[in-house]
Amino acid sequence: MSAHDKGTLLSVRKLTMRFGGLTAIDDLSLEVPAGKITGIIGPNGAGKTTLFNCLTGFYKPTTGTLRLAHPVRGELRLEKLPSHRVARDAQVVRTFQNIRLFPKMTVLENLIVAQHNVLQRASKFSIAGIFKLPGYRQAERAAIERAAMWLERLKLTHLADDPAGALPYGIQRRIEIARALCVDPVLLCLDEPAAGLNPRESAELNELLLYLCGELDIAILLIEHDMSVVMNVSDHIGVISYGRKIAEGTPEQVRNDPEVIKAYLGEDEDEAEEAIARKIAAEGSNEEGQPA
Amino acid sequence: MAYALQQLINGLTLGAMYGLIAIGYTMVYGIIGMINFAHGDIFMVSAFIAITAFTILAAADVTSIPLALTFVLIVSIFFTSAYGWAVERTAYRPLRGSTRLAPLISAIGMSIFLQNTVQLTQGARVKPIPPVLEGGIVLWDNPTFTVQIGWSQLLIIVTTVILMTGFTWMITQTPFGRQQRACEQDRTMASLLGVNVDRTISYTFMLGAALAAVAGVMVTVYYGVVDFFIGFLAGIKAFTAAVLGGIGSLPGAMLGGLLIGLIESFWAAYLWAEYKDVATFSILCLVLMLRPSGLLGRPEVEKV
Amino acid sequence: MSAVVFARHAMTPAERLRDAGWVAFVGLILGVPLIGLTTVDVGGRLGVETRFGLLAAFVAAAFAGRLALRWGIDHMRNRKLAREQASTTTAAQRAHGAQRLVNIVGWVALGASIALPIVYSDNRYVVDTATTVLIYVMLGWGLNVVVGLAGLLDLGYVAFYAVGAYSYALLSTQYGWGFWEALPVSGALAASFGILLGYPILRLRGDYLAIVTLGFGEIIRVILVNWTEFSGGPNGISSIPRPSFFGLEFTRRPAEGEQTFAGFFGLDFSAMHRLIFLYYLILVLALLTHVFVSRLRKLPVGRAWEALREDEIACQAMGMNTTNIKLSAFAIGAMLGGFAGVFFAARQGFISPESFTFTESAIILAIVVLGGMGSQMGVVLAATLLVLIPEFGRNFSEYRMLLFGAAMVLIMVWKPGGLLSHREPTVRLQATGAAASDKEGAR
Ligand SMILES: Nc1ncnc2c1ncn2[C@@H]1O[C@H](COP(=O)(O)OP(=O)(O)OP(=O)(O)O)[C@@H](O)[C@H]1O
Ligand SMILES: [Mg+2]
Repeated sequence: MSAHDKGTLLSVRKLTMRFGGLTAIDDLSLEVPAGKITGIIGPNGAGKTTLFNCLTGFYKPTTGTLRLAHPVRGELRLEKLPSHRVARDAQVVRTFQNIRLFPKMTVLENLIVAQHNVLQRASKFSIAGIFKLPGYRQAERAAIERAAMWLERLKLTHLADDPAGALPYGIQRRIEIARALCVDPVLLCLDEPAAGLNPRESAELNELLLYLCGELDIAILLIEHDMSVVMNVSDHIGVISYGRKIAEGTPEQVRNDPEVIKAYLGEDEDEAEEAIARKIAAEGSNEEGQPA
Repeated sequence: MAYALQQLINGLTLGAMYGLIAIGYTMVYGIIGMINFAHGDIFMVSAFIAITAFTILAAADVTSIPLALTFVLIVSIFFTSAYGWAVERTAYRPLRGSTRLAPLISAIGMSIFLQNTVQLTQGARVKPIPPVLEGGIVLWDNPTFTVQIGWSQLLIIVTTVILMTGFTWMITQTPFGRQQRACEQDRTMASLLGVNVDRTISYTFMLGAALAAVAGVMVTVYYGVVDFFIGFLAGIKAFTAAVLGGIGSLPGAMLGGLLIGLIESFWAAYLWAEYKDVATFSILCLVLMLRPSGLLGRPEVEKV
Repeated sequence: MSAVVFARHAMTPAERLRDAGWVAFVGLILGVPLIGLTTVDVGGRLGVETRFGLLAAFVAAAFAGRLALRWGIDHMRNRKLAREQASTTTAAQRAHGAQRLVNIVGWVALGASIALPIVYSDNRYVVDTATTVLIYVMLGWGLNVVVGLAGLLDLGYVAFYAVGAYSYALLSTQYGWGFWEALPVSGALAASFGILLGYPILRLRGDYLAIVTLGFGEIIRVILVNWTEFSGGPNGISSIPRPSFFGLEFTRRPAEGEQTFAGFFGLDFSAMHRLIFLYYLILVLALLTHVFVSRLRKLPVGRAWEALREDEIACQAMGMNTTNIKLSAFAIGAMLGGFAGVFFAARQGFISPESFTFTESAIILAIVVLGGMGSQMGVVLAATLLVLIPEFGRNFSEYRMLLFGAAMVLIMVWKPGGLLSHREPTVRLQATGAAASDKEGAR
């Protein structure tokens, strides 16, 4: 947990995302500090992944602004960028809740593809690449070294030349993080990175996350259901329920917040039933608007 | 005006036939997600069966037209469904669960195979039969132009409407329809819940083939000539119709078929007949650019 | 698991007979309308002819064939299982061995293709057929970029082939361009068509893309058929100039102030010279294509194509502009198709829309898929098979296409991943031997 404050990296203002009649995110505002780990928690279907999708350009938010204070390029409005530019120019890189690797390519290739833009520039419309000019060769070597460095760091080196899709789930999660790191992120968005990991693996994940933000100064936005991860590494936690932010603060504050306990457990039976009814109603209208 | 009305009638007739074939494409696509390229040739086979059946009837001196039509329809549907079943069983079922392209290539191979089988066994020449249904109802006797709806056209439109009604009922109300839709949404889950997926898929192919067989009989009645190559163009047009309407959607297939039929007959009547295929495909491209999942197709949002 | 498989294949003779009987019954039903009955022209009207003898033979053949096939398949499977249980090599090692074998076969094939016209220097038929194989190999390698690497299903590839062929035909007959000047221009034209087609339809997915590309192919063909002033209509364009050997023509008598190939080298004139020259020309073009595509595959664009095939959304999340990547695949695929078209026009000396039908697209696509998506050697193998299978059937020529269609189905059913489905990584961290020993060490 980094000690000093470096200001706000990303500020989410009055973000709303509707799918037909369903409001997946409802007037959400959130600040993500630079160089720190921000946890996002909330019950299933709260809209956490949708928030990531809005951030990374996969969904166009219905309303609201997403301002990124990029250390080099200045202020960027993420909601106006297409998804590839969010990763390339804003350097906001994400992983996916359902792992999305390039399954037939090897682990190393996955990490090299992540450095596409750097390499593509070096290959000068592929011409330098085709003739194997020194400039391109050097760039390629650098890319491989960078990939090798992350593979080493994530204990994946011995798997480098295996097809990614054939590896176990926990390892694929790590590969996805390694791949995202190869894009050189300023903000790394991790969608449930601990899902399907065993306790030892999640302990290693904790360590990695702390290293990334402590040593490399990468800000991390972390969606996670595994409380042993979120509570231990987050500097700051936002709690979302039904698309609204219901609490915010340090892990200690959030843990004891009555609103949060209610959202997770339901205060009593009536409350829980009401919540379910609300959800069903919301989904019903969702089906009208956009048949799923 | 009268001329346009006549084109409307011709277009509807053509569109009804495309629609019947298109349903076969759309159902198969809905359930196993593949383009059944051999479907056009299944339709062609059915037309040949119809020709043979009509000729047998003529030789047997059957003069009652309703009787003859019923007989030919039954015979054609029976044998064509058998072909639909056999094609699925030999060329597609072994490929279930492999890549998306493997069944497509197998289907193209099947299409070439069927075309050549028919060419070899039935001859490459065009087969004409004497008109089955002549005459029609004069709708508008204009001094310059007579608008007429032929009996065969009426037959095609009425049959299509009846079939579509029955078909919709079957898909929405019967146990088979329920199983069919279940397989469409999630094959693994359906099989876990006790739906015999293989059988449902087989029935789907047979049903598609049966509808194509009706179209085959209608084409024989309407045009009176058949050759081994008609499957290709009809198949492509029908597939285009299915995509235009939104592949996987049954009303979409019918709507797409009608639109393609109308576009073709109006384009051929008022603009350049030679370029009617260009028109069809251009409109398809336009529609897809504006609505990437077709007119009535569900927009495919990929959840990330 | 394996016990279950064994049990399933240990069919009793009675079961085998019942199975074959069922197949024969289906054969009977399918055979009645097409084989048992046919309509023939009798005195201006159709009459029905029965061929029940033929039908009986067909049903008997179906019965016997099924028995033999079932037995053969079971036998092979059991042997394979036994072998797999006996052998100790891992799948990775076997794949590596297979890759080595493919590489060796590749070099042998290259040597053979260079030697072929020397061995068969007076066999017109062999050289012609080999040239055809090479045209398909080149087309397959071009389409491999679009379908095999980038995963974009293109059913209208023949359109770019046609653009190349017609550009050369028109440039040479109308404006007197030579082969070598027209080649790059035609390739560029085809590439522009690729971008022109690619741009509006990039948003479309999988099968929608397939039907639109198919439509595009048909549109080009219909225009070629109907726009007579431009393309000569159905009659096509004839007397397209043949390429010369650095200015030396392959004619019997030299034109005014020029020399012929035979004259320059002091050889007796032979029509074979031109054929052999054309053969080597397409061999060189094809090899250049191969080197070009293999190199591209190991470059950022190539990896991006493959990544795009694997997961488009992940590509975007990695900051890749998928629009540009798709367009580059379309453009390069189209350009290679265009080159092949130029060669085709120059070789035939005559082109017409007949040569650019959907069947042609289907054959090229089949070569890519049957070969094993993305595999360069697979394309060679599949192209050779698909050209040669109908050629073997030439003696009973009416069965050619029947055989062709059946072969497509059978190969696909036999090997759904294609003939050579092993994918070789574009880059390795360590040499394979080192990686293997490392792994041993890690354990
Ligand atoms: N493309 C879409 N179209 C329609 N509804 C959507 C879409 N994407 C998400 N939703 C809906 O938005 C709501 C929030 O979904 P989201 O995936 O963001 O939840 P989540 O908080 O990530 O849940 P989980 O913890 O289960 O991953 C859900 O009701 C979901 O069905
Ligand atoms: Mg989620």
